[in-house]
Amino acid sequence: MALTQEAVLAGIKEIVEEVAGIPAASIEMNKNFTNDLDVDSLSMVEVVVAAEERFGVKIPDDQVSELATVGDAVNFIVKASA
Amino acid sequence: MALLTGKNILVTGVLTDASIAFHIARLAQEEGATVVLSSYGRVHRLTERISGRLPQTAPVIQLDVTNDEDLAQLASRVREHVPTLHGVVHSIGFAPEAALGGNFLNTTWSDVATALQVSAFSLKSLTMAARPLFDGGASVVGLDFDASVAWPKYDWMGVAKAALESTSRYLARDLGPENVRVNLVAAGPIKTMAAKSIPGFNEFEPIWNERAALGWDFGDPVPAAQAAIVLLSDWLPKTTGEILHVDGGVHAIGG
Repeated sequence: MALTQEAVLAGIKEIVEEVAGIPAASIEMNKNFTNDLDVDSLSMVEVVVAAEERFGVKIPDDQVSELATVGDAVNFIVKASA
Repeated sequence: MALLTGKNILVTGVLTDASIAFHIARLAQEEGATVVLSSYGRVHRLTERISGRLPQTAPVIQLDVTNDEDLAQLASRVREHVPTLHGVVHSIGFAPEAALGGNFLNTTWSDVATALQVSAFSLKSLTMAARPLFDGGASVVGLDFDASVAWPKYDWMGVAKAALESTSRYLARDLGPENVRVNLVAAGPIKTMAAKSIPGFNEFEPIWNERAALGWDFGDPVPAAQAAIVLLSDWLPKTTGEILHVDGGVHAIGG
């Protein structure tokens, strides 16, 4: 069953807060991981690994660079879970 | 019987499940070894997460190879999990941005020194730190990138790899009498986290596409990991100071 956008966003907020120490309240769909949230490449790898485990999806390496915003990641995961 | 039955192996440098070191750890477990991983600083948590993807989750001990305190504590940290080591995998390399990517003529000594310390001297530091755990012999395996020629953009990392190759030979000389073998696997280019940090990595692709007699898959870390497993096993008992090329044959083909 596909996950809902709300559920994935809530999960991503928790993960980014845990990994990068960014308050969940400041994490929104339109925020850019690098420019708005200061998530560097190493933290991004950890976010991806944690998200894969939490949502049971695989995010291929060549896709990671396409996930510029929180929304990109949420939508990718929703689609991958379908 | 499996290749590494009863052996205890320390594997450094597991970052993601694309890492060559991850596949060494995975295959080592499948071949009967008990594996301990090491990691450091903020990478530590990532290594712990990835350890969960191994056939058996392996413990992760703290080791920054540039930190004397960590090196001094290594033996006791390993002993919390296994009493001895039969193998050590060195999968450690770093060069500051200014040491890679076409800035060769202008890189400062301090950046070069960092690259040499982390990527080459660390083979000696790690081996010596693990030495008290060796029980009548051991196999030390490092990950190399052929340093016999100059490559596009690889710059001071290439010099560091040349130093790693030489360090490996001198360790082989000095530890041979203790039955410690020291060898390197010179893998072709693989798209790991380490590779992504090399600007101009894609310039290797046409070289391997043209010259790899056996062909080359940039996304497959397994052949390099398999070579490391053989070096860790008892099947190359008189091989030390060697560089085993796992590059599809590129090192042997002129053009």
